[in-house]
Amino acid sequence: MALQQTVGKRVGMTALAWIVGFLIFFPILWTFLTSFKSELDAFSLPPKFLFFHWTTENYAEVQSRSDYFSFAWNSIILSVGANLVGLIVGVPAAWSMAFAPTKRTKDLLLWMLSTKMMPGVGVFAAVYFIFQYLGLLDNRIGIGFLLFMANLPILIWMLYTYFKEIPVDILEAARMDGASLVNEIIYVLTPMAIPGIASTLLLCIILSWNEAFWTLNLTTSHAAPLTAFIASYSSPEGLFWAKLSAASTLAIAPILVLGWFCQKQLVRGLTFGAVK
Amino acid sequence: MGSIELVKVRKDFGGFAVINGVDLKVEDGEFTVFVGPSGCGKSTLLRLIAGLEDISSGQVLIDGKDVSRVGPSQRGLSMVFQSYALYPHMSVRNNIAFALKMAKQPKDVIEQKVKKAAGILNLTDYLERKPRQLSGGQRQRVAIGRAIVREPKAFLFDEPLSNLDAALRVQMRLEIGDLHQSLKTTMIYVTHDQVEAMTMADKIVVLNKGEVAQIGSPLELYNRPQNLFVARFIGSPTMNIATGPSAAKRGATTIGIRPEHVDVSATAGEWPAKVRLAEHLGSDTYVHVEVDDIGPMTVRLGGEAPNQPGQRIFVTPQEPRIHRFDQQGLRVGG
Ligand SMILES: Nc1ncnc2c1ncn2[C@@H]1O[C@H](COP(=O)(O)OP(=O)(O)OP(=O)(O)O)[C@@H](O)[C@H]1O
Ligand SMILES: [Mg+2]
Repeated sequence: MALQQTVGKRVGMTALAWIVGFLIFFPILWTFLTSFKSELDAFSLPPKFLFFHWTTENYAEVQSRSDYFSFAWNSIILSVGANLVGLIVGVPAAWSMAFAPTKRTKDLLLWMLSTKMMPGVGVFAAVYFIFQYLGLLDNRIGIGFLLFMANLPILIWMLYTYFKEIPVDILEAARMDGASLVNEIIYVLTPMAIPGIASTLLLCIILSWNEAFWTLNLTTSHAAPLTAFIASYSSPEGLFWAKLSAASTLAIAPILVLGWFCQKQLVRGLTFGAVK
Repeated sequence: MGSIELVKVRKDFGGFAVINGVDLKVEDGEFTVFVGPSGCGKSTLLRLIAGLEDISSGQVLIDGKDVSRVGPSQRGLSMVFQSYALYPHMSVRNNIAFALKMAKQPKDVIEQKVKKAAGILNLTDYLERKPRQLSGGQRQRVAIGRAIVREPKAFLFDEPLSNLDAALRVQMRLEIGDLHQSLKTTMIYVTHDQVEAMTMADKIVVLNKGEVAQIGSPLELYNRPQNLFVARFIGSPTMNIATGPSAAKRGATTIGIRPEHVDVSATAGEWPAKVRLAEHLGSDTYVHVEVDDIGPMTVRLGGEAPNQPGQRIFVTPQEPRIHRFDQQGLRVGG
């Protein structure tokens, strides 16, 4: 009886999980399918699910009309670069807050988080004019700096929670062994925190990769990442669903693949602090 | 060289004095033990010497030099932690070599010193293992190996054996003793186990609520405790305490007598008492009695004693062995 109940429950939960998973995944699947349709099939009502004429002409068209690899390269440089720099700032910051806290550390952490609560558009004009004045519009350094700053609070928070789990004894042992602060961080803290640092970096790269507000508004071509590549297909001349889908698929493919391979790390990252 | 001196050292945590004006001198080569009940500030005092905590006021001197504002990495001391605190991502070899690498010693010197330390501590077969692949006793040896390779001015131990089982604890106690014999380096050892303190120390510092209750050799503490706190803390089973007329007639508020310094008679004696329980240890018998008008006492008798619960007996303190204390709990007379 009890066994039946648990089996029933497990089947039910599994089915539910698959349904929820499918619902979440469906838009991506639909985009993927649409990218292989002709523009006509893409519009057709009722929509065609699998039985249409498969074609790769959208991909060819997209590649010939705009240089995918240049956008993709910008995405990689910006999201990876900005967050690597973020680590250089974030690791020491998180170290000091986790292992040498003062009375105000908690306030500082909350304040950092509060900056994420402000909508970016609220300071758009100011940032735009500053960038214009400094000649940073459509500049990799400029937009990279912005992405770095935008992620810094989250990056430090995540590192902080990971570092909190490291026994302080071990760092003190390093100090007693004559390690300078820098050596303590490089040779003792960082290797122990590698899983935490990796999932922090991964999550932040995904956030930067998907960041659309600033990248769309502050770049045009030279420094434009894949978000701009997608946007360029929802043009005023009319919607080209199939080509837009092809562009979207191309834009999300790299991060999807990365996420797939790093699933374990990511789940740990998304539920950070949830379990001790 | 490695003499350590504390001058009026104070440590406050949030306005509360955890270490309250400690003066102390540890001579070069001495084995000093800090002992006291839980929360009395032993670890804090050790960490102040190590530099892991900043002192609130006072001075810490190593070899006569004021190091109060010097960081832990510059004091030249080694520490062995209760939790071992090994570097989990490094092999035993690299754990032991870490301090030498930080000191930028040449590779062949490091290799040689690690080998020597591993030999002393029976770790030669485990050099390539990670800490998680070792037993508790082996981990503790690695922690000690890590401390000895750098040839420190002094070793600091914070309850290094408390995570080990009883048999291993006795063995490691001897090993640490041997180590002190052969290295002749100053050692400061924190424990709340007074047996450990008595057996290992040249000098014991008894701490009570952040203050020094008494400093002395194990036998000084045993024979001439300067106050009631030390009298009760040192010795096992605990010293018997009596107040009232039997103390007053000896010119004291409180008297103390150790269980091994009480005589028992079936017919006559100073204190009539009833036997509650006899613990037979083979070599000794601890007889727990209830003394009329005074309360519970313990008597330690050599060999096997025939006392039965409920039996009425007389117990008498050996006069020259009585410790006398005044109203403040301080020792009276010699
Ligand atoms: N970082 C700290 N902040 C506030 N109070 C502290 C801190 N560290 C220690 N204390 C307090 O100082 C007192 C002494 O602590 P300490 O760890 O030195 O005791 P101990 O003698 O080593 O005890 P134990 O035998 O339990 O290890 C305790 O009351 C403790 O609560
Ligand atoms: Mg302690």
